Amino acid sequence: MTCSRRGARAALVLLLGAAAALPSAATAQDTSWKEGVRISGIYTVGTKPGVLVLPVGGGQGDTLRAMFERDFDNGDRLNVVALAGAAVPLPDAGGGLNYPLYARLGASVVLQLTPTSFGVHVVIHDVGRSQIARAKAFPLPTPALGPDWRLAVHTIADDVEQQLTAIRGISATRILYASQGRVWQVDSDGAGAVALTGDVRAMSPAWNPRGTHIAYTTLPNSGAQIVIRETGGAVRTLGATPGGMNSSPSFSPDGSTMVYAHARENGTDLWAVNAFGSDAPRRITVGRGSDNTSPTFSPDGRRIAFTSSRSGPVQVYMSDADGTNAELLMPFNFGDQSYRSDPDWSPDGRLIAFQSQIGGNFQIMTVNVRDRSVRGHTSSGVNENPSFAPDSRHLVFTSNRSGTRQLWVVDVESGRFRQLTKAPGGARHGAWSPSLKFR
Amino acid sequence: MNIRAIALTLLTLSLVSACKKKQPETAPTPSQGPGPSETCDAACRAARAAAEKAGRDSVEAARLAAERAARDATMAGIKATLAQKVYFDYDQAELSASAQAALDAKLPIVLANSGLRLRISGHADERGSDEYNLALGQRRASTVKRYFTDRGVDASRIDVVSFGEERPEASDGTEEGFKINRRAEFEITAGGDNLVPPK
Repeated sequence: MTCSRRGARAALVLLLGAAAALPSAATAQDTSWKEGVRISGIYTVGTKPGVLVLPVGGGQGDTLRAMFERDFDNGDRLNVVALAGAAVPLPDAGGGLNYPLYARLGASVVLQLTPTSFGVHVVIHDVGRSQIARAKAFPLPTPALGPDWRLAVHTIADDVEQQLTAIRGISATRILYASQGRVWQVDSDGAGAVALTGDVRAMSPAWNPRGTHIAYTTLPNSGAQIVIRETGGAVRTLGATPGGMNSSPSFSPDGSTMVYAHARENGTDLWAVNAFGSDAPRRITVGRGSDNTSPTFSPDGRRIAFTSSRSGPVQVYMSDADGTNAELLMPFNFGDQSYRSDPDWSPDGRLIAFQSQIGGNFQIMTVNVRDRSVRGHTSSGVNENPSFAPDSRHLVFTSNRSGTRQLWVVDVESGRFRQLTKAPGGARHGAWSPSLKFR
Repeated sequence: MNIRAIALTLLTLSLVSACKKKQPETAPTPSQGPGPSETCDAACRAARAAAEKAGRDSVEAARLAAERAARDATMAGIKATLAQKVYFDYDQAELSASAQAALDAKLPIVLANSGLRLRISGHADERGSDEYNLALGQRRASTVKRYFTDRGVDASRIDVVSFGEERPEASDGTEEGFKINRRAEFEITAGGDNLVPPK
């Protein structure tokens, strides 16, 4: 979508089925969004339309409603009108809704979910126009409440959010992280945490842009190596260059290339290799004894940002993807103790998130790539390892603000925080997946 | 010979025999075993020989034990010297004077034991980036290796590895803790059983 510029007004375009032709929500069983009638609203970035999710019947009704409400809330683009089930005005016997009443409660959209034999039927009510805006039936896999079922529900929530805001939600995503030597993944709402590996002293996991593979660094006694793992499938250790160590893997936007840090006796440089082939790796930075790590690609694949000590202090640099035309991302004063590292390029290309040492503690910041303006997003505790969500608006990062290192999420627009993990032994090195639509 | 002469001869022999049996007793020597019977003399000699051998063995064992203890102490000293860690300044991989002194103590041992192989691991304190610290640890370990290879040690005898900030010695978050975490450690990977001291 094009409505990603901050401050810009984005058109909320709902390509609707003929509302009048739709049966009542309770009986509608359409399996596709009907097109033909166009109803437009205006969604202004920064405003949050109110959404009320009606109570849902059936065995998993409460779970469905809670997941939708939580997903909309986590997206930070919708204002969930949270009412206890008993306090919610229900449709009348004929399925009609008292739209003015919902409007008085602050809802501009009412979402009606009805479990079916194969999934869930979703009806979006446009409160302002007092009519059904869209209706569609979605299949859900079995067993209910399993990982696939949850991902499918998140996918529907993201579809609905895209209908309402023109920007796809981020709930059908997962976050990789390292905890107690293993790589874990957790759903974007903090549920469904599961270990993907044994204790391999894992760190720095990364997603393939298609979500089909992950890569991570292992740290056995013989030294750091990179493992590429097909999601739920085969595992291989990156051949890379012999000797030394390999770490901090990052996939190119098309998924074909992996850039990583390779250390030899004269320092650590970035190398590139075909992620799934057997080509010889090629060196793309010439650090001359300095250390170059933590690469991240621009979304067009033409540029990289990375951590380097080539000028002395540890700083974030940008270069072409082949390592040429390197430039300092932000100026620093020689002699000061500034330390900036661990960049992550936003999927929309506008921002680079990084960690900057302030008063001895790392804090999460972003820099606008075009005008180099810098914004801070954290100030409490130690905050590290930022990773952007697909919406380029949310960051997952490691923070010790709760007493132990856990993953937190911040909305860089509103500054709103939420804790993602409560992992025994702590969690770090969060890596946000691309959208993982369940189809 | 007449009868009188024969009787005199018998009498003389008889007296000689009687005198022989009644020799005066001599003072007994201190007993070291069974009494001075015919059979006890042999056992006594054997026991006495065994005791003397045990004594000699005991002295030899003590001598060997002392040698072994001295050897063990030397070996322990050599290994302690080899294991002595070296420390680095913040975000630095250069060797300080004290680090060089520690390496100078190891060097003759490494040169005197051609079968000795070492793994040097580099470590960092937790104040930097996790990924950058892996690289920094590698640079520290490599700097130490280069110190040896520049002084005649074959590079193939030394492996380097980095654990960054992943294996801290101190986790108290103090300056003192940071100091002891910024280190290189030394592990003998081969040839450590029969180390000889440098000449």
